[in-house]
Amino acid sequence: MTAATASMTRADRRLRTRQRVLGLIYLGLAVVMVIGFGVSVGGGVDSTFTLTPGNAPVTVPDLVVPSAGTAYLLATVVAFAGAIQLTRGFGARWALILGLVAFAFVFAFLTWVASAQSMNLTGLLQTTVQRAVPIAFGALSGILCERAGVVNIAIEGMLLSGAFVSAVVASATDNPWLGVGAAILMGGILAALLAVLAIRYRVDQIIAGFFINILVTGLTAFLSVRILQPYQQELNVPPRLGQIHIPLLSDIPVLGPILFQHNIFVYTLFALIIVIHLGLFYTRWGLRVRAVGEHPKAADTVGIDVYFVRYRNVILGGMVAGLGGAYFTIGSTGGFEREMTAGRGYIGLAAMIFGGWNPIGGFLAGLVFGFADAIQSRLSILSIAIPSEFLLMVPYLVTIIVVAGLVGRARAPAADGKPYVKE
Amino acid sequence: MGDEVERKDAPEPEDERPLPEEQPVGEPPRQRSGILGALRGLVLPLLALFTALVVGAFIIILTDFELMGLWASDPVAALAASWSSVTATYGALLRGSIGDPGALIGAIVTLDGDAFRRAFIPLSETIISATPLVFTGLSVALAFRVGLFNIGAEGQLYLGGLLAVIVGFSLTGLPFFIHLPLALAAGFAGGALWGFIPGLLKARTGAHEVIVTIMLNFVAYNLINWALKTPLVQREGRSDPISKIIEPSAALVPIFEGLRAHWGIVIALLAAVAVWWLLFRSTKGFEFRAVGFNPRAARYAGMSIAWSTVMSMVIAGGLAGLAGTAVILSGSGTLSPGFSPGFGFDGIVVALVGNTRPLGVVAAAFLFGALRAGATPMQSATGTPLDLVVVIQALVILFVAAPALVRAIYRIRAERVTGSEVFAKGWGS
Repeated sequence: MTAATASMTRADRRLRTRQRVLGLIYLGLAVVMVIGFGVSVGGGVDSTFTLTPGNAPVTVPDLVVPSAGTAYLLATVVAFAGAIQLTRGFGARWALILGLVAFAFVFAFLTWVASAQSMNLTGLLQTTVQRAVPIAFGALSGILCERAGVVNIAIEGMLLSGAFVSAVVASATDNPWLGVGAAILMGGILAALLAVLAIRYRVDQIIAGFFINILVTGLTAFLSVRILQPYQQELNVPPRLGQIHIPLLSDIPVLGPILFQHNIFVYTLFALIIVIHLGLFYTRWGLRVRAVGEHPKAADTVGIDVYFVRYRNVILGGMVAGLGGAYFTIGSTGGFEREMTAGRGYIGLAAMIFGGWNPIGGFLAGLVFGFADAIQSRLSILSIAIPSEFLLMVPYLVTIIVVAGLVGRARAPAADGKPYVKE
Repeated sequence: MGDEVERKDAPEPEDERPLPEEQPVGEPPRQRSGILGALRGLVLPLLALFTALVVGAFIIILTDFELMGLWASDPVAALAASWSSVTATYGALLRGSIGDPGALIGAIVTLDGDAFRRAFIPLSETIISATPLVFTGLSVALAFRVGLFNIGAEGQLYLGGLLAVIVGFSLTGLPFFIHLPLALAAGFAGGALWGFIPGLLKARTGAHEVIVTIMLNFVAYNLINWALKTPLVQREGRSDPISKIIEPSAALVPIFEGLRAHWGIVIALLAAVAVWWLLFRSTKGFEFRAVGFNPRAARYAGMSIAWSTVMSMVIAGGLAGLAGTAVILSGSGTLSPGFSPGFGFDGIVVALVGNTRPLGVVAAAFLFGALRAGATPMQSATGTPLDLVVVIQALVILFVAAPALVRAIYRIRAERVTGSEVFAKGWGS
């Protein structure tokens, strides 16, 4: 009894500490906004946001805001939120408030960046979506595997293999769709390998995933020197999948260009997110998958074939990652270059965790990381005095904060990474 | 003892840190003593290497397009050509890593200084490549023993290199016996800091060290890129990211005149002895291993899991930091973003192949150091891309981590429980 009450107060106390920490962070952000984005700019300067991308049919007037004024206004809002958070907390709505504060801070940051010049906001968000695509594919792949209890850190390798295979097959056959198919197949094969190692041989899943990453990095680098360089024209100039503007939807001002002027990969991603989300949380299939990931023994007891579910999900996850890999080549730049995924698979893993092993959450996290990526490439153009390296660190730092539970807590499926031994 | 204090300060997270529900099945790996035991321990890694080389040979043959046509018209000639292509590649790899046997014997017999130097260049290069691998291998192995998977050796190595180079160029006028230890200590401290973060987070919040260390690798990489653009670190008059050059008093100088192999290897071997002593001869090491083997039992015995987690990660980080330090303080004496071709990740391979024992780690480090050293001469001699070595390494990990595979291939009966299952656990534990 006493132990129970003690643990209650302990949990309570921890909650209150977290509340206070969050409140102090908000207040600190408000100070940064006032000094960094307001005072440093001074009065009488405007920030211009262009809302139409380069050559759009619908023109939306530019958004012009006073730079310092906006920063002060948003800082006030953030400070207010911080004060309430510090004194009585927001209860269950803390996540919403956190999102709002983050939004206010980012917008103030953007007005500071765009002070006395103009910035194409729509273009920035369009790039954000593009950068988020492979990350989100990676996150979806991870979710499919880990919800069934198999840790997949081989996302990076699967993306890279998809990029390589799709470039080669599409070039050789001059058909991008065959390239996409080959990438999906390749991802599936690697995933099957991971599954056999993890499920049948019960190799540590992190080591197995790590093995696949090194193998693919080495093989693709080896093959690109050995095969792609001598036969560059025949094997590494794939046809690309062009943009498709979705009728009507793409004409929506601002949102249209951001969401509906992309190639087929982006729409497939949207569809996959919805399908996987509905599948995982609203169908019998998803219930079984989650049962296997949370408590395989119980799932086995009620007659679910744990091994089958795990094999199937890991392979599905690999196929999704392979598809995401094709985006790097036939979905964007074309030819394959060694190590071109540049750690996106690991960011996908981070997005999965940040998004709480939830497809929509993973996509939103991917957008956050894509935004950090997009903004740092803009900053170098606008010659802003913030080192781009620090923006590139944001996804990783955010992930550390999330896994450490400093702000909210991401919880992995209970049996994630644990081999299941059938009795 | 410090443990008591720590328990009072932070009892909650430790209490709530979920313990693995089931300990890995199987009996504890029996300790074998004597030469016979050591030899038996070698069988599996060597078979793994052999199998990896065979698979590598198939990769060489199958990616040779000129051979493809030959297979259809004249299979015998194709077979002969394949054989010669494989032997030429592996021969070049061997000559690049160990040297020409004839020249080696000739040099020893004649004792001619010049011939001596030339004959031993490949071995010297192998030692250079092996030096950082000993450190990162020890780093990963030590963490493994405490039940932690340190994927962050790469990042720790970067931080170690950064601090070491800063101490190396900023202090002037010191004698080498003060300056060099200072630079080494700075390198250790940099890595230790980067190991402390995941260790602390794991101990206090249960954040999985694999995720945290992966993320910290990227943070470290960006941090280095940034630091190399600041006026403190960047070399004067350069626009590319490269650091100032360290003072000669901080340099790890070559052991033999004319060969590049430097004193770093001696420090690495000393570190291996130190880790061996720590793990197998000290009380703290006993706690480390107890926590790694069965955290629940260790806690009942009054050991602090949190303390072992943090301390082992600090030491592991420091060792990885020394890997970066050894690279930076030797050779050109500068830091640039690509100074590590994945030494930290190779450390994982080295630790696994070395069966997480210091002596095994040293042996494995020399093996993979030889592969790395031989790769470049192999590429220039036969045109086989040096990334073949990475593929071989990946395959070695596969066969070492899945001993059942090797046993199935060679029909060896299972007679002992190997390490890999001990590490099998999820994000939550």
